[in-house]
Amino acid sequence: MISPDVVGSGGRAADPAPERAPALPTGRNIELVLLAFAAAIVTAALVLVEANQENELTRALLYVGAAYLGLFTVAHFAVRKLAPYADPVMLPCVALLNGLGLVMIHRLDLAAADRAVALGRAAPTVLIQRQVAWTAIGLVLFVGVLYLVRNHRTLARYGYTAGFAGLVLLALPGLLPSSISEVNGARIWLRLGIFSIQPGEFAKILLIVFFSVFLMQKRELFSEAGRTFLRMEFPRARDLAPLLIAWGLSVGVLVLERDLGTSLLFFGIVLVLLYTATNKVSWMVIGLSIFLAGGFVAYQLFGHVRTRVEIWLDPFADFNGAGYQLGQALFGLGTGGVGGTGLGAGRPDLVPYAESDFMFSSLGEELGLVGLAAILVVYLVLITRGLRTALAVRDSFGKLLATGLAFTLALQMFVVIGGVTRLIPLTGLTLPFLSYGGSSLVANYALVALLLRVSNAARAPLPHRPAAPQVPIAEAGTELVERPS
Amino acid sequence: MPELVLQLTRAGFLALLWIFVLFSLRVVRSDLYGAAGLRALVSGGGRTRGRSRVRAARQLLVTQGPLTGTRISLDSRPILIGRADDSTLVLDDDYASTRHARIAQQGDDWYVEDLGSTNGTYLDRAKVTAPTRVPLGVPVRIGKTVIELRS
Repeated sequence: MISPDVVGSGGRAADPAPERAPALPTGRNIELVLLAFAAAIVTAALVLVEANQENELTRALLYVGAAYLGLFTVAHFAVRKLAPYADPVMLPCVALLNGLGLVMIHRLDLAAADRAVALGRAAPTVLIQRQVAWTAIGLVLFVGVLYLVRNHRTLARYGYTAGFAGLVLLALPGLLPSSISEVNGARIWLRLGIFSIQPGEFAKILLIVFFSVFLMQKRELFSEAGRTFLRMEFPRARDLAPLLIAWGLSVGVLVLERDLGTSLLFFGIVLVLLYTATNKVSWMVIGLSIFLAGGFVAYQLFGHVRTRVEIWLDPFADFNGAGYQLGQALFGLGTGGVGGTGLGAGRPDLVPYAESDFMFSSLGEELGLVGLAAILVVYLVLITRGLRTALAVRDSFGKLLATGLAFTLALQMFVVIGGVTRLIPLTGLTLPFLSYGGSSLVANYALVALLLRVSNAARAPLPHRPAAPQVPIAEAGTELVERPS
Repeated sequence: MPELVLQLTRAGFLALLWIFVLFSLRVVRSDLYGAAGLRALVSGGGRTRGRSRVRAARQLLVTQGPLTGTRISLDSRPILIGRADDSTLVLDDDYASTRHARIAQQGDDWYVEDLGSTNGTYLDRAKVTAPTRVPLGVPVRIGKTVIELRS
């Protein structure tokens, strides 16, 4: 193993000031080693899938592998150039998750093709090439964000613009006619001819930027103490307005777009940023109670919410109908057991939407508890690095931004995995980086690029400035200056 | 594929996944010792351990205000505090000036100096008018933020 103290300085030229502190290791070489490791794991996974499916290694495989390697090499060098002190662990974690997702999507493609042949149907659409293309677009956006946002504090200037854009993106599919926005009952899409996107995924990042700016400027307002009850300080009633607006919006999303996941995610982000900014538990208590109240009302009023809860309580009550998907996923996880069936040797394709909403159960069937635990720890490392960035960065906008971004990943992961494993009712979110789905992948790459940008600011050496002697103006001697001609 | 090979590759792949996890955790661990994500990296940067001298300040800790808990590890460079974007510690505080104060090293000691701020800088309870030596653990108040030097 390589000691982090030895590698990493990279020998890049920094400012040539003569008395500068010893060069800080940047961690870029560790990142390269970890990326290579991730690539090796993904290659091994791909070979195992092909071997277990009794396929020969085809040229299409080579294309996918080369694209993966090429993309992450470019991303690594972009980070080297644009954010040299960024966290070295985040990008490899993302690369591993994305790679495993690609392998699994390819594996489900093979299964779908087999089934189509057996049933004598036309060959189904191949998803893997699309997902590789989305990965490419995502990494282009990743590099673009790193290139355009040279310092995360510049984002603070566009806080209200970001907020407005985010709101429009969030509300757009709910307000458009359902012929454009509706897929499988949820109205969260924009179908633009050949491809379709989920604007909510991008709205989430813009709204985090907005709320970080808003709370940075108005923090005092929310820390204002109201009355104390049960040893918690509750805010004054008039300061509750922003929280109530956020709550109303998330309920609006739930009603108009019929999407429990986005609604939950959006409200959770607001709540956690408020808590982070004010350090008051009462915000959490108030927020969670009004969320539960809203959820209860939604349960009473809307059929689709009730169906979700009923499936959650007992997926086997209507196994051949509404409960089929979740029931099959649970059988899949059970089949996987501790060690899994081995990549390519299970039947994850029995679950409808195994490649997007149920990616976790597909992986669980073939990798087992041991593999799922490894994947969860990779997520955990990614998220803790994000939260750690928030601790280390030295300005409060950066702190709030990094907290919001890292927490989004955590909440999304919890909601999806909780839904698939029947801990909470199922919602329609995708697992970041693993699931099939372009918008989610591209948006999450932008999210990680922002996190890397903040972590670069947190880890870079302190800015060096020559200590200019400051003479108080009263003591300054009179100077003769030449008049500019 | 023969059953034995299947079982071996299955276990091998899971082992590979966990080796990746452990390797990345190792990298994370090397970072954990410096609370600011900096100290572990600045090893060999002129530590004065082993000499029989008063303990030198190694980090600056924010003890009150919005940035509570933030640590900055000290090297020989001065720390600028204020609302300006390029300050070392960026305050968003209506009571702080754009360039509020500077904490700089002279010899073995650190001195705080007010840079002509509107609301002043306080060392413990005394207003700082000229560069003043900051002992370890004595609070320096700037607007709503309080910082201390720690060893």
